[in-house]
Amino acid sequence: MSARVLVGVKRVIDYAVKIRVKPDRTGVVTDGVKHSMNPFCEIAVEEAVKLKEKKLVKEVVAVSCGPQQVQETIRTALAMGADRGIHVEVSGKDYETLGPLQVSKILAALAKKEQADLIILGKQAIDDDCNQTGQMTAALLDWPQGTFASEVNIEADKLKVVREIDGGLETIKINLPAVVTADLRLNTPRYATLPNIMKAKKKKIANVKPADLGVDVSSRLEVLKVDEPPQRQAGVKVETVHDLVGKLKEAGRI
Amino acid sequence: MTFYLLLLCRFSLGMVVGHGVRCLSQLAELPELHQMMRQTCRDYAQKELAPIAAQLDKDHRFPAKQVQELGAMGVMAVEVPESLGGAGMDYLAYCLAVEELSRGCASTGVIVSVNNSLYLGPILKFGTEEQKKQWITPFTTGEKVGCFALSEPGNGSDAGAASTLAQREGDEWVLNGTKAWITNCWDASATVVFATTDKSLKHKGISAFLVPMPHPGLSLGKKEDKLGIRASSTANIILEDCRIPLGNMLGERGMGFKIAMQTLDSGRLGIAAQALGIAQAALDCAADYAHKRTAFGAPIGKLQAIQFKLADMALATESARLLTWRAAMLRDAKKPFTKEAAMAKLAASEAATFVSHQAIQVLGGMGYVTDMPAERHYRDARITEIYEGTSEIQRLVIANNILKEYQQ
Repeated sequence: MSARVLVGVKRVIDYAVKIRVKPDRTGVVTDGVKHSMNPFCEIAVEEAVKLKEKKLVKEVVAVSCGPQQVQETIRTALAMGADRGIHVEVSGKDYETLGPLQVSKILAALAKKEQADLIILGKQAIDDDCNQTGQMTAALLDWPQGTFASEVNIEADKLKVVREIDGGLETIKINLPAVVTADLRLNTPRYATLPNIMKAKKKKIANVKPADLGVDVSSRLEVLKVDEPPQRQAGVKVETVHDLVGKLKEAGRI
Repeated sequence: MTFYLLLLCRFSLGMVVGHGVRCLSQLAELPELHQMMRQTCRDYAQKELAPIAAQLDKDHRFPAKQVQELGAMGVMAVEVPESLGGAGMDYLAYCLAVEELSRGCASTGVIVSVNNSLYLGPILKFGTEEQKKQWITPFTTGEKVGCFALSEPGNGSDAGAASTLAQREGDEWVLNGTKAWITNCWDASATVVFATTDKSLKHKGISAFLVPMPHPGLSLGKKEDKLGIRASSTANIILEDCRIPLGNMLGERGMGFKIAMQTLDSGRLGIAAQALGIAQAALDCAADYAHKRTAFGAPIGKLQAIQFKLADMALATESARLLTWRAAMLRDAKKPFTKEAAMAKLAASEAATFVSHQAIQVLGGMGYVTDMPAERHYRDARITEIYEGTSEIQRLVIANNILKEYQQ
């Protein structure tokens, strides 16, 4: 199989960091805050590398959109086993307003340019929780999609995907080329080995601008304000179910 | 022609200047490769070692699964070239790895350190190509670990007075004697043993040997019941008519003491790194507690008494860390590093005991119970001032070097 896999990796604030809203309420504080690869993107990279190890795909290309710092994220993907990286340079205001629509346009353009057979993304990013990029990318390319994947298998020229849905598990068979988004239980990402970290240094990261791909990164959305979630209030103890129903009615919940 | 010569000169100058600048800037910020490596070890330690460290300590259990995983990551043989199965990285990278792992579990840190510095180290430096293939490659994967047998019941610091004998009988060496305090020995598959081939030559009569484990004539004493680093095994190695082929001598006859001293020079950086990890873990624990524990109406971190402690703890740790990095960088640059290594080990081990002591103080009563890791850090820290050269020996090494520098 001459398959080439494109894996999207996003640099996000580390999951363990306590998020603080900026005083001007335009966003969250990112300066000096620890960032790492989006956990679902790690799972996506791991899946792509596993497919390569099983010799079902030939090349894994890691892609990230953002400023200079995203190169660290691409290098982490390289250290996990991706073959090369593509850094799509987006910085300043454009980066602040970068969202799924623009990223999916970029990924679609890259998929055509790189002649990719498969795109694997994390199901969502832990900062904006959009859960849109995979679906939008598939739509732009008119490719089938297997989202919330907890199992992926290549059978002949088709992709068998087990999806985690509200009702349980759904198994679908889709044609390649396709877009897959990784869910939590798809795999357990590996720790980068020291030899792979060394090798990652030699792997190439190409620089590309959105304009080169014919993509306009201006946002269709405007963020009006960002607030912290309301402080968690203490609960109320009730004696009977009757009281509970009463309280819920009072609060306008039912 | 002149143009190309000029280019060559500029390039060479650039390398010299660049090398010096790179060394200095490495102290300020690690190169990307080292940062990635440090992060991967930190992630592993926090996710896989820290959660089980207390139980490993309680059960005195060797973390075999974790050692294998670390082997797969290349951490059990950081400096060993890739051709022999290692990660092919430098000593600074190794020190970073040991510190991050020790921050999660000090026992795992010493297991990794002994395998890298004390077992693989001397074989890498003094072994023949054949010995390297046989004794290094199988010990890079985490499947097998090695140990280092120098100390005896009768001599620790006085390494030159080794009384374990090695006598040649035909085409075999026969070893007789007892080695003490050998880390990893109950879990090891080979050891580097120091024995005297000529007692009259005193320390110049000591030679180094490679012995597989288990082996007829080699038995292990009872596992020592230690104060700390309890997941790593420590015991005597008893040699009674232990026969090994002539080809098992490491280096030349009479070279043993030199091999031991050079090995320990490097090994003490591994221990410095372990001590840094323990100190950092204790500092993490104390600083976190200072945020959360309230007394006198506010988190105790607001009290100057606690603040001064935290400042002193951080200072001790950071200073020792810079000494360790510098010694590692000197070693990587193939410059003399004996004095700096001794300073690093001394500073780091004293930092570990100081910081872990103060961490218990910050935690108060909670520092004294096993619910919090502070008491384990305190127990783990203590050995770092003793093994691989006591603090007293480190002071002698430093003083000797200084006196040499000021030789009249």
